[in-house]
Amino acid sequence: MAVAEATAETQAAVSERRAWTPTQMAWRRFRRHKMAMFGACLLILIVLYVIGGSLVYSEKYANRNDLSITLSPPSREHPFGTDGTGRDILARTIYGGQISIIIGVCAVIVSVIVGVLVGSIAGYYGGPIDAVLMRFTEAMFNIPQLFLLILLSKLLSGKVPTFKLLGRSFSGSVIVIIVVIGLTSWMYLARIVRATYLSLKEQEFVTAARCIGTPNSFIIFRHILPNSMASVIVSGTLGVAAAILNEAYVSFLGVGVQAPTATWGNMLDQAYHHLESEPWMWIFPGLFILLTVLSINFLGDGLRDALDPKTRI
Amino acid sequence: MARYIIRRLLQAIPLLLIISVVLFVLMNAMGDPLASFGGRRRIRSSDRERLTRQLGLDKPIAVQYAVWLIGNDWMDIDLDDDGVPDTKGTRLGILRGDWGQSFMEKRPVSEIIAERLPNTLMLMLTTEVVILVFSLFIGIYSAIRQYSLFDHVFTGLSFIGYSMPIFWLALIMMFVFAVYFKKWGLPYFPTVGMYDLAVGKTIPQVVWHMVLPVTTMSIMSIAGYSRFIRANMLEVIGQDYIRTARSKGLPERVILLGHALKNASLPLVTIVGMDLPILLGGAVVTESIFAWPGMGRLFWNAAQDTDIPVLMGVLTLISIAVVMFQIITDITYTFLDPRIRYD
Repeated sequence: MAVAEATAETQAAVSERRAWTPTQMAWRRFRRHKMAMFGACLLILIVLYVIGGSLVYSEKYANRNDLSITLSPPSREHPFGTDGTGRDILARTIYGGQISIIIGVCAVIVSVIVGVLVGSIAGYYGGPIDAVLMRFTEAMFNIPQLFLLILLSKLLSGKVPTFKLLGRSFSGSVIVIIVVIGLTSWMYLARIVRATYLSLKEQEFVTAARCIGTPNSFIIFRHILPNSMASVIVSGTLGVAAAILNEAYVSFLGVGVQAPTATWGNMLDQAYHHLESEPWMWIFPGLFILLTVLSINFLGDGLRDALDPKTRI
Repeated sequence: MARYIIRRLLQAIPLLLIISVVLFVLMNAMGDPLASFGGRRRIRSSDRERLTRQLGLDKPIAVQYAVWLIGNDWMDIDLDDDGVPDTKGTRLGILRGDWGQSFMEKRPVSEIIAERLPNTLMLMLTTEVVILVFSLFIGIYSAIRQYSLFDHVFTGLSFIGYSMPIFWLALIMMFVFAVYFKKWGLPYFPTVGMYDLAVGKTIPQVVWHMVLPVTTMSIMSIAGYSRFIRANMLEVIGQDYIRTARSKGLPERVILLGHALKNASLPLVTIVGMDLPILLGGAVVTESIFAWPGMGRLFWNAAQDTDIPVLMGVLTLISIAVVMFQIITDITYTFLDPRIRYD
């Protein structure tokens, strides 16, 4: 009995002294990061709001025009008031939020795919391929993003028809905006990924892999890519925040997602005309953008400190 | 050094060519420039054909690009569609300083840009100065008082600052400082335009109209800049030579401003060098909200009308500025930090 206890104790002691895996260390650093935890909680609340809210209000209700109650101020029935065609703003912030967040996440997926592909191919193969790809990256980098966004969204607007998914219909402009934001924000990531490849491709483990005849694609994606995962995750997270803001900018200018599909951005595109008399029309959607972007930025900042302790801003 | 500069300038040429090709292809895929040509009236199809020919829009895109780049005064064009090229081209191409004619305003792009550029520069340079003054102060102060109340408050504020859509901040500024100040009988700020038409374009008027847009844009950028300066200052303050400076008894002010700030501002040069050329493009969103007649609004209006020559003009100007400023930044670096050698 005593022996068994002693063994259990030693085991406990051993497991306590056990080395932390990098993931565990990152998770510990992340948990201690107050702002990151705050950001994570806030983000969870917002996601609960946009998902839970859709159980209370139907999408039909969010898109229903009721011309008898246009521009009514916040009341018990419509806590956030109604807009120019009598739609309930509370319900629209719920559905708009879903679309805004979906756009943010999908745009980042697009930009990560493009950025990682361009960066790894350029970095791994080097030579003329690298030169061409990097010149192109640099050219894209030199054009201010908002200008490119406006041009591309105008170019592609109306090219994708309204589509149905899971019984809901979405304006085709959602796809356009996802692609456009994704295609204008991959350049930074491509550079980071390329730098990882440049520094790693001459190392022994890559040479060893080559010697035993590992195919290039396997070396690129399985051996080297995981080493730049930290920066991909961090810049991807911060990218979601930037994408939500960019969606808001193009939608605010009226070339973004088209009605009746709501986003936090296009709820604001008429805001200017209601600045003085109907402030509830622009305060609430803007507040949601602010809170979401803020929480994602906190989260990304914490992730950077946790995963990538060397780089700091 | 001279060789380095020449090499960089030579490298810039293909880069600018690539940028212009990318832009040109994008623009021409953007839509029908003739759609808003006649204003509200619909243009007749015969007119449309004639205009398409006159503007050279019937040519393949490679030819259109060549005309934009090097002009068409060396070839004859067929204006009346009889199959015989009979009229001499008049375009000189951007390489010889001909920026083309605006489709909408029917006057040279260079003239339109020359009108708008001073307005934008006035607005943006003022903003940049405000940003630098405030963010240097906030950044340095929060670095030397790290984890103090001041530091925490401004760290929080700066996160809020760069998480906010700028147009939303602009709306709030207008709501408080124009709508509510007016309501409360306080002196309120104008929200649109550059000057009051009744008073005319006087200096006090323009300054008065600049207050809100400058404040809005500054708040956004001070957030990022001050964080950046704080991080750099913190890094430098931890260095050995700062300890050396302290131990030989230099006054704290000399240490901070003479030793620390000088080194901490090196990365700042990069950021300013990246931001300055973008300022030329103005701020599309801010300028449209405050109806400021600058480059950003010019671009936005031209984008709505698919006025390709104007769009190309604005973007070419910005691209040249971006590329040139990168070179200037790198050269400035060698002067500020003699350890850096490019040769």
